[in-house]
Amino acid sequence: MSEFDSLVTHSGLKESSINGWYELFSRGARDWLRHNEKVRDAVRDQLPDIIAGADVMGSGSRTVKVPVKMLEHYHFKLNQPQQQQGVGQGQGKPGDVLQQDSPNTGKDKGKGTNDGGGIEFTLEFKVDDIVDWLWEEMQLPNLKARVGKSEETDWTREGWDKKGARSRLDRRRSLREAVKRRAIQPDGPSFSDDDLRFRQLNQREQPSIQAVVFLLMDVSGSMTDADRKLAKTFFFWAIQGLKRQYRHLDTVFVAHTTEAFEFDEEKFFQVTGNGGTVTSTGLNKVQEIIAERYSPSRYNIYLFYASDGDNYPEDRDSAAKALGEIASVAGYCGYLEVSSSATQNLNTEVGQLFRSIASQGKAAGGFAINKLEDIWEAVRHFFKHQVADA
Amino acid sequence: MNADWRYYLPKIEKLANSLGLSFNPVDFEAVPQSFMMEISVYGLPVRMPHWSFGVRYIYQLIQHRMGNSRLFEVVFPGNPGHAYLAQNNSVAENVLVTAHVLGHADFSRNNIMFKRAQDQVSEHIVEHAANHARQIALAIEEYGLPRVEAVLDAALSLEQHIDCNHAVRRPRYPEYEASKALPRDDEFSKRFAALTPFEERDNAGQVHRKRAAIPPHNEKDLLWFIAQYAPELEGWERDIFLAVREESFYFHPVFATQIMNEGWASYWHARLLREADFLPQSAYVDAIKCHSDVVKPYAPEQHIALQINPYHLGFTMWEKIIERDGIEAARVIMQQDDDFSFVRNYLDENLADELQLFKFNAQSTGKIEVVESKLSDLHEAMLAPKYNFGAPSIAASHVHVDGSLELQHDFKSDGRGLDQDRASKVLDYIYRVWRRPIVLHTIDDGGAQLEIRKH
Repeated sequence: MSEFDSLVTHSGLKESSINGWYELFSRGARDWLRHNEKVRDAVRDQLPDIIAGADVMGSGSRTVKVPVKMLEHYHFKLNQPQQQQGVGQGQGKPGDVLQQDSPNTGKDKGKGTNDGGGIEFTLEFKVDDIVDWLWEEMQLPNLKARVGKSEETDWTREGWDKKGARSRLDRRRSLREAVKRRAIQPDGPSFSDDDLRFRQLNQREQPSIQAVVFLLMDVSGSMTDADRKLAKTFFFWAIQGLKRQYRHLDTVFVAHTTEAFEFDEEKFFQVTGNGGTVTSTGLNKVQEIIAERYSPSRYNIYLFYASDGDNYPEDRDSAAKALGEIASVAGYCGYLEVSSSATQNLNTEVGQLFRSIASQGKAAGGFAINKLEDIWEAVRHFFKHQVADA
Repeated sequence: MNADWRYYLPKIEKLANSLGLSFNPVDFEAVPQSFMMEISVYGLPVRMPHWSFGVRYIYQLIQHRMGNSRLFEVVFPGNPGHAYLAQNNSVAENVLVTAHVLGHADFSRNNIMFKRAQDQVSEHIVEHAANHARQIALAIEEYGLPRVEAVLDAALSLEQHIDCNHAVRRPRYPEYEASKALPRDDEFSKRFAALTPFEERDNAGQVHRKRAAIPPHNEKDLLWFIAQYAPELEGWERDIFLAVREESFYFHPVFATQIMNEGWASYWHARLLREADFLPQSAYVDAIKCHSDVVKPYAPEQHIALQINPYHLGFTMWEKIIERDGIEAARVIMQQDDDFSFVRNYLDENLADELQLFKFNAQSTGKIEVVESKLSDLHEAMLAPKYNFGAPSIAASHVHVDGSLELQHDFKSDGRGLDQDRASKVLDYIYRVWRRPIVLHTIDDGGAQLEIRKH
């Protein structure tokens, strides 16, 4: 605010000298930005609720748009009466109706306010920011990679130099140099080559960490659309969480009924199947892909399996065998039970399968959800355990 | 016509003096429209930062973009006064605007409400407000934005809750109750004093003084009361409350005399232009067009308005008064009245008819109907939103031993209860600075007693 003092103490200045000066800043804009920051904070506090329902996947965009209302700075106000009085001017005599009842107004009308509330606008949030907030909020630890010894180099910005490619000219920095120079040589040129500063790049070594996550879903007839939506939303945030840790994360989508197929992301969430469920087919498919493309010595492997819990009892042994083998090479195997009747007991066929693997000391666990609001509990559960188990 | 409005300024000032206007010198400055808009949003050229101003700014910007508003001038009373003119005003418009500003300057130097505020707040509110802004910027640096903002949230939400019947710089309440009777040095009084029960006397035989309750009476100046008596308020937080309060004392006369003040300035810009023989005819015509835009009762193409234009109403009333009673009588009214007395005393039956004023009822369903009304009904409907600085009447009624605060809403004089949601939100703000339990007494929709608590 200190700039503003000059406005007052030097108010003798005439237009010519200050013309344009006023346009340099805007307090209104500054306070408006602060308002938006507050809206962001408010949204952030309720973020899990807001984006649990938001359609973040499929659109391919890396942002989530959230409609928000302007904040109101509250003052004491009287109750809005059913009938308000006012004084008008013009050709009106007692009994004249100046405006008819309108169906749209009604109760909400009184809620309109002078300084806020009314206008809606949209704030855009970066998915990466959201994930950072959430992880911070849920106090989730970072994952520990099992493999990733190989080194890799990457270019990063580091320092400035007087020479460099034009594309890396740092204008702000160069201007600052010019200002500095002119302070000591007031008669010098306004700008010289010596003032130019270029950003320098340096090679920096970083650990190479590669990972793959298998998203396996039961698409048999018993999985409802709601179940699928739950699975989809969970998968999305699970991927985001893993991406936070792994710079190179591959995702593999496998759906199964009594047979299993690999899909691309888009088709994966549309595919529907009929008939029964044989979990081992899905797990075997995952094993197959691991053997073909993702050597456990080079990749950190994760598996998330979403299902309503049903499986043929006859498949119990082969599923246990397959899951046991995956779990012994994977960083973590998570089971998400999505069903309107899901309970944390996980007494279903698949639930028991994962529990028995976990009880052998392998990195596996399960969590049941039946509504979108539970998604964060599930994410928290898996990421906490994953670290504990890894 | 001369291309610079400044050429005409000394001539208008001289003419104004010769017609009996008496004003402090005014510093005029032409600034971009965007800056004008900001000044009008903040109410002062330099004011403390707060996000709520950002919201008002956006509303103003939207209105402006839609072409609904144009600001010709913003003026601040003081010695010297400060007036900002929009750079994009034409020369003729600026001549009118300078004349208008001199009308305001005359009003603010002579009207008792303004005089009182200036005696109390000083003639340099613009500089004071800039200083407050600086002080708050420093506080943000030292204590961080969230803490300063919490204090501003509370203080600015109570900005209308001051009591102008007391001084800006107001002493704390006496700590002890005043003794009920003056001690008289006669035989009877001595014997009567001796009757005081023994335990209430200390060793010297003196009667113990009783600590006064806080507050000793319902206190409407919530900004002052919280600044003085909040149990855990820190020094810098108190300063913010008092800064907001000082600015409110400045804003109060502007609010309470709007019709008179705008009317007076409009009367004088019209009259000064009429008598300005140094002004070319074309400039006069342009300026008068601008005048009729400012004082018109309703939007063009319309013949009815649901709001009274204070410029139009005030202008018409002053013209009538001066025509009937002369300029000297008008000056006395200008010096002594506020909008309440001005409207009640001088908006008479004839004028109300002539202006085609009517009362209407607006249902929450949207229906608006003109209703029969007496003159006094018109007065009250017009003035009701202006009572009590436009805010519900809420007073601090008691501070308990544990520091908890009781607030009492005077629902009898306000005629109904408080908007509960908003009241609760405001209590949230206050709670963050009072830091002890708070209870507010009001009534609900149905008239039943209602308590809103925070702890």
